[in-house]
Amino acid sequence: MMGLDATRFRAVVRKELRDFRRKRSIVVTMCILPMLFLVEPVVTIFLVTPSTTGAALQKSFILPLLYLLLIPTIMPSTLAAYSVVGEREQGTLEPLLTTPIRQQEFLLGKATSVMIPTLALSYAVFALFLGATRLFANSVVASAVFHDGPDILALFLLAPLLAGWSIVVGMAVSVRASEARVAQQLATLASFPPVVVIILLAVGVVSPTFLVALAFAAGLLVVDALLLRFVARMFDRERLVTGAKAV
Amino acid sequence: MTYNAMTATATMRLSREGGGSGNSQGGRAWQVVIDGSDVGSIANNEIVDLPVDPGHHAVQVTSTRLLRSPKVSLEVADGQVIGLSCRRRPRHPFIVQRSIFLLLVSLFKHDVWISLTPDDTVETDLEADANDNARRREAVPASGSSATAKAINVKEITSAPNLDDKAGPSSIAVHQLTKRFGQRTAFSDVSFEVAYGEVFGFLGPNGAGKTTTVRTLGTLIAPTSGSATVAGIPLSPENQVEIRQRIAIMPEAPGLYLRLTVTENLEYFAGLYGLHNPGPKIEMALEAVNLADRAGDLCGGLSKGLRQRVSLARTLLSDPAVMFLDEPTSGLDPVAAREVHDLIVGLRQRGVTIFLTTHRLDEAEKLCDRVAIMNNTLRTVGTPAGLRDQLFEKSLVVTTVEPVAGPEQLFTSIKGVESWRAEGASSYVLSVSEPRTAAPEVVRGLVNAGADVLTIAETQHSLEDVYLELIAEDVEAHAP
Repeated sequence: MMGLDATRFRAVVRKELRDFRRKRSIVVTMCILPMLFLVEPVVTIFLVTPSTTGAALQKSFILPLLYLLLIPTIMPSTLAAYSVVGEREQGTLEPLLTTPIRQQEFLLGKATSVMIPTLALSYAVFALFLGATRLFANSVVASAVFHDGPDILALFLLAPLLAGWSIVVGMAVSVRASEARVAQQLATLASFPPVVVIILLAVGVVSPTFLVALAFAAGLLVVDALLLRFVARMFDRERLVTGAKAV
Repeated sequence: MTYNAMTATATMRLSREGGGSGNSQGGRAWQVVIDGSDVGSIANNEIVDLPVDPGHHAVQVTSTRLLRSPKVSLEVADGQVIGLSCRRRPRHPFIVQRSIFLLLVSLFKHDVWISLTPDDTVETDLEADANDNARRREAVPASGSSATAKAINVKEITSAPNLDDKAGPSSIAVHQLTKRFGQRTAFSDVSFEVAYGEVFGFLGPNGAGKTTTVRTLGTLIAPTSGSATVAGIPLSPENQVEIRQRIAIMPEAPGLYLRLTVTENLEYFAGLYGLHNPGPKIEMALEAVNLADRAGDLCGGLSKGLRQRVSLARTLLSDPAVMFLDEPTSGLDPVAAREVHDLIVGLRQRGVTIFLTTHRLDEAEKLCDRVAIMNNTLRTVGTPAGLRDQLFEKSLVVTTVEPVAGPEQLFTSIKGVESWRAEGASSYVLSVSEPRTAAPEVVRGLVNAGADVLTIAETQHSLEDVYLELIAEDVEAHAP
C-alpha cells in the first residue's frame, strides 16, 4: 500500500463508523447475530460431563470454539458488500472520487471500518463464552479450556483473518456489482470457503491442531493481502461513475 | 529565537496557543528544537518566524512541564512559509487522562499534553503573491455583479489558488479532446482554453457531453484521445491525485451522507483533502453559504436547496485553483441563487477559475467572462457580447407615428445604415455598423424628412438568442 495517507484513511474510517452508529438496524443486526452464535457453543460446553477425559474432552470444547469462528466469517460480508455499490446508489461516490483519495486508501478505510465492529463483537462474544465457561461450566471442562492456551490463541488469531477474507471478497463483489442487493446476495457466498474449512476441522477430516490453525492463518493472511491488491486493481473510477468501462 | 540555517530561503512560522500558567504571558516558555538543535523558546500566544533551509526538518516542542514532547517531520520548499501550531490539548482522548495517576502528574506537569500540527491557514509567499494579484483584480469591478458583501466572506474562506511552478499559462487548456463509450461519442474534438481567475460558462442541451467533459477534466474518466491541462497540470494517469488536490467539483446531485450532520459531512471531505484542524475552515465555508445555523442538522432533514448549499460549501474547503460547478443554482430559490452568484463573483475576484455548467442562460450571461456552447462538439467559444456580434447583425428599431414616405430613398441616404426592412406599418429595422453613431443620424434624417419619431432603440440579443440560434442550426443540420 504505497503512499497511504493517514488523514484520508482515518477520515474514511471515522465517517463509516459514524454512519453505522446512526443506522440502528445495522447496529441491532450486528449485535443479535453474534449472540445467536453464542448459544450453541455455550449449551454444548455445559453439557460436557465431568467423566469426559482425554481426546473426547478436548474435542468437546474445540468444536464450540470452531463454531464461534463463524461469527467473524459471516458477520462482515453484508456490510462489505454494500461499501462501494451502496455509495454509488446513494450518489455519494462521485463527489468522493473527485477528492485526492487513492483507491487503496478508500478500500483500506472501508475494510477497516467493517473490521473494527466485527472484531469488537467477535472478541466480546469469545470473552462471554470464556467467562460463561469459567463461571458456569463443569470445573474439569473449564480447567481444560483455560489450560489449552494455543487453541484460544488460535481462536483470537483466526478471527481477524477470517473477517478479512469475508470483507475483501465482499468488497470485490461491491466494486463490480451494479446493485447493492445483488452484491449482498453474492457476498454471502464469500463465507462458504472458510465455513467448509471449519466443517472439515469439526468433522475430523482435518485434525484441528494448533499447527494446522497456524498454517491456515498464514495461508489466509497471504490470500487476504493478495485479494486486497486485486480489489484495488478492479476499482475502476470510470466504470463506477458512468457504468461503462474505459475505452 | 534563532536557527542557524545555511541558506535560509524558507520560513517556519511557529505559533503557540494556551498551556501553563503563572508568568506574564500566561504560560511558561516551551523550548523549540529543530533537527536536534535547541533554537529557543516560545511563549503563550506568541508567533515566531524561523528562517530555515529548504528540505526536511524535524521539529519538537519540549518543556519540563510536558508529559510528552510532540515531534513532527516536515518538508519545507524553497520560498515556502510553513506553519506549525502548538497548543495545549484541553482533554486527551484517552480516558486514562482522567485517572488518579494523571491527576497526580498534572500537579507537577501543568501542560500535560500538547499537540503540534502543521497549520494550513498560514499564508505562504506564493499565496501572498496570489493574494496580491487578487487584490489588484479587486480593483477591476466584475461586470454586472454585486459582489461586495459576499466577497468579504469568500476572502476569508479561500486562500489564493493552490498553484505552484508547475502551473502552465492557462488554468485549463483542452486540445482536441474526445471521449467515446463504445460506439457512442460523448464529445469529440473539443478544444478551448480558460484563463486563471476566469468564470467560464459551459452550455449545451441535455446529452451534449457537458458532464462527461467535466468528469474527464476532473480525472474521473479517461479521454479516448486528445490532451488537456487542468490547474496547469497535464491530464494524465500519474497526475490524477495532484490535479484532484487542486480542483473541486460540485456535481449536479449533492451526494451527501444523509445520516451525518452538515458538519460531519464537511469534516469527512476535509479529511479526504488531507486538511488538519478543519474546524475554522468548515465554519467559514458554512457562513459563506449561509448555513452556519444548520451545522448540526442531519443532511437527511435538509431541503434540496439546503443540500445544494452544503455541496457548495464542500467545494470551498480545499482552496481549489479550479472549481467545476455543475448547475450550482439548481433547486435554489431566487435569494439563495443570488447568494451563490455573489459567491462565484467573490471567488473569481480571489483568482479562482470557475468552470460553470448551467442551463440558466441568464445566469451564464451575468456571471461568465466567456462561454462555450457544446453539442457533442464545441459549437463556439467567446464572450457573450462577442457571440452576439458574431451571430447577429447590429440593428436599430425605429417606430414613427405615421408610416414614412419613401423609406427606401430616406434610409439608404442616411450615413451608417447598411440596409433596412419594414416591420409592421410604421416600424423599421435598420442594419447599422455602429448603433451609437448611426442612431443620431437616423433621428436627424427622419426629422428632416418630416417624420415624427416615436421610439428608436438598439436591437438587444440575449445569450439565449445565441444559444437557440446555434442549437437550431444543429437541429437543422441533423434533420433528414
